[in-house]
Amino acid sequence: MKLSFKQALVAGALALSVSTGAMAVEMTGAGSSFIYPVLSKWAEAYKAKTGNSLNYQSIGSGGGIKQIKAKTVDFGATDAPMSFDELQSAGMVQFPAIIGGVVPVVNIDGIKPGQLKLSSDVLSDIFQGTLTNWNDKRIALLNPGVQIPAGDITVVTRADGSGTTAIFTNYLSKVNKSWKDNVGFGSAVKWPAASTVSGKGNEGVAANVSRIKNSIGYVEFAYAKKNNMSYTQMKNADDKFVMPTAASFASASAGTDWSKFPGMETFITNAPGAASWPITGATFIVIYKKPENKANAAEVIKFFDFGFKDGGKMASELDYVPMPEATTNFIRKSVWSQVDVK
Amino acid sequence: MQSTSSTLGLPSAKAVQVARRQRIQDFLFHAITQFFSMLVLFVLAGIIGSLLINAWPALKTFGPGFFLDDEWDIVNDQFGGLISIYGTLVSSIIALAIAVPLSFGIAVFLTEMCPDFLKRPLGTAVELLAAVPSIIYGMFGLFVFAPIFGDYVQPVLQATLGKIPLIGILFSGPTNGIGMLCAGLILAMMILPFIASVMRDVFEIVPPVLKESAYGIGCTRWEVVTRIVLPYTQAGVVGGVMLGLGRALGETMAVTFVIGNASRISPSLFAPGSSIASTLANQFGEADAGLHFSSLFALGLALFFITFVVLALAKWMLLRMEQAKGVKS
Repeated sequence: MKLSFKQALVAGALALSVSTGAMAVEMTGAGSSFIYPVLSKWAEAYKAKTGNSLNYQSIGSGGGIKQIKAKTVDFGATDAPMSFDELQSAGMVQFPAIIGGVVPVVNIDGIKPGQLKLSSDVLSDIFQGTLTNWNDKRIALLNPGVQIPAGDITVVTRADGSGTTAIFTNYLSKVNKSWKDNVGFGSAVKWPAASTVSGKGNEGVAANVSRIKNSIGYVEFAYAKKNNMSYTQMKNADDKFVMPTAASFASASAGTDWSKFPGMETFITNAPGAASWPITGATFIVIYKKPENKANAAEVIKFFDFGFKDGGKMASELDYVPMPEATTNFIRKSVWSQVDVK
Repeated sequence: MQSTSSTLGLPSAKAVQVARRQRIQDFLFHAITQFFSMLVLFVLAGIIGSLLINAWPALKTFGPGFFLDDEWDIVNDQFGGLISIYGTLVSSIIALAIAVPLSFGIAVFLTEMCPDFLKRPLGTAVELLAAVPSIIYGMFGLFVFAPIFGDYVQPVLQATLGKIPLIGILFSGPTNGIGMLCAGLILAMMILPFIASVMRDVFEIVPPVLKESAYGIGCTRWEVVTRIVLPYTQAGVVGGVMLGLGRALGETMAVTFVIGNASRISPSLFAPGSSIASTLANQFGEADAGLHFSSLFALGLALFFITFVVLALAKWMLLRMEQAKGVKS
């Protein structure tokens, strides 16, 4: 019923726009707040080119999945891929649209952005609450020559369910067995460290980290950069220290052969490659194989095709990494071909 | 009817017609207003019903123990409401402990001692505090109040009260501003105007003759307030406090900002925790259908029950006060 009302609205809008000349389509989408800035950039350019617009609501990944399941939107966007089985049973397909990184951020006196080096074990022990002071020997060992003042560590996490948390905890589960056994991964987990403080949204985490001395949190890279926060280097799967940069995110995604995973369901955390940033993630777009509104679904595919072809520069400007060409070709050939828009 | 033109004493046909029309009007008016009022009851029943239906899977899985279990593990689907219920109650009790004495002082000053030219501006200022949206309190709390509180107030509390055996543990742990005590303080600020204005209103109904007699026999202001005004307005004061408590229990946005949102019960008031409302606000958007979703509804049910009890108590006490006033004046 809801849908038909919506369609009536769209039809009404269409009728209005017909009178002004062009037949404009309005696509609707909802989900990940991570992809929102680049989607709006793409949508602006796409509208200028085709006249068709996108109405995207950044309500969070979980919300996006709920909305597409309820068929109130043309596509959903989620930072944590849906499982292949779930996609199959719901008659949906998903594809990654953009790549970005999650970075640990710290607030320690005298430590500048990119100065502190952490390894996966140290990071997971800090977030498990078993490593509680910055003067710990293991941190000093990773950072020869860097003066790190002593101080009790406060762990800052997301209070709301979030794709960022899913990527971050997925990484910790991959690299640390005790994290995997005791905490696990998901868009919200039971944070084990006794010092944990949680904030709502990236901005809540950023506010807490920049306010609380000797704290550590995690945010999306673009957010850390914009707010000039002290992000850390990480030791990656090849035992090399890397800076979070567009290049290191790209390297992580290049080392992943998406076509090997059914439903493209994979996290690209802890990716191989000497230059790869270990906490890298992708935002997935979820659409129906047999969409009810075929015209809009066709437009959604055209929109992302435009994003893949012409949106690379816009994405890079916002510190995202465009999908590698091999992957976009695979998406065109094997994912979009499954969608029935005729 | 006596003054109608009919000499027989019977109403004229026209008057009968008018009377009949008026009766129908009255009946319709009665039916419509009754329907409106019943609607409120239906809505209330509907809310309770939908809460119960949605909470049922969680209540069935975890049993009544849900409300006493301090496990909230989304990944492993283990849920218990104790952490949030504890946080809601503790933050509200802190808020009351601070707001009640302050409101009492404000109300006493405004009714007993305030010079006339200050009465209106002060009274209006207190009421304006109530008009500030809660999100503003939250932002103020997180960005302005918590840093000052954590840098200057908490270390002092820790160095003084924190050294006392037994209660010292309440003030232990890192002093980063955010936590249960901070949430309680922000809540106190928010409920203060409610309690203060109710107190002021009930203090004003004390018959002047009682107070004047007391002053006449040489009582001090303090004696008049504690021996005459308070006993006379007992029920009203308690009612006002309950109204404030009702607001503190359900407050969402401001608390979410400053309580720290940790899924843990800690003995220290400096430590972060979470309240029912903050848990709901944080987790509803991303909750998958299933036990998590249902457990959030069960938490909502618990909050509904707590606030319902508090408000019912307040109404009952206000009613008693009204009756007492009616008898006495």
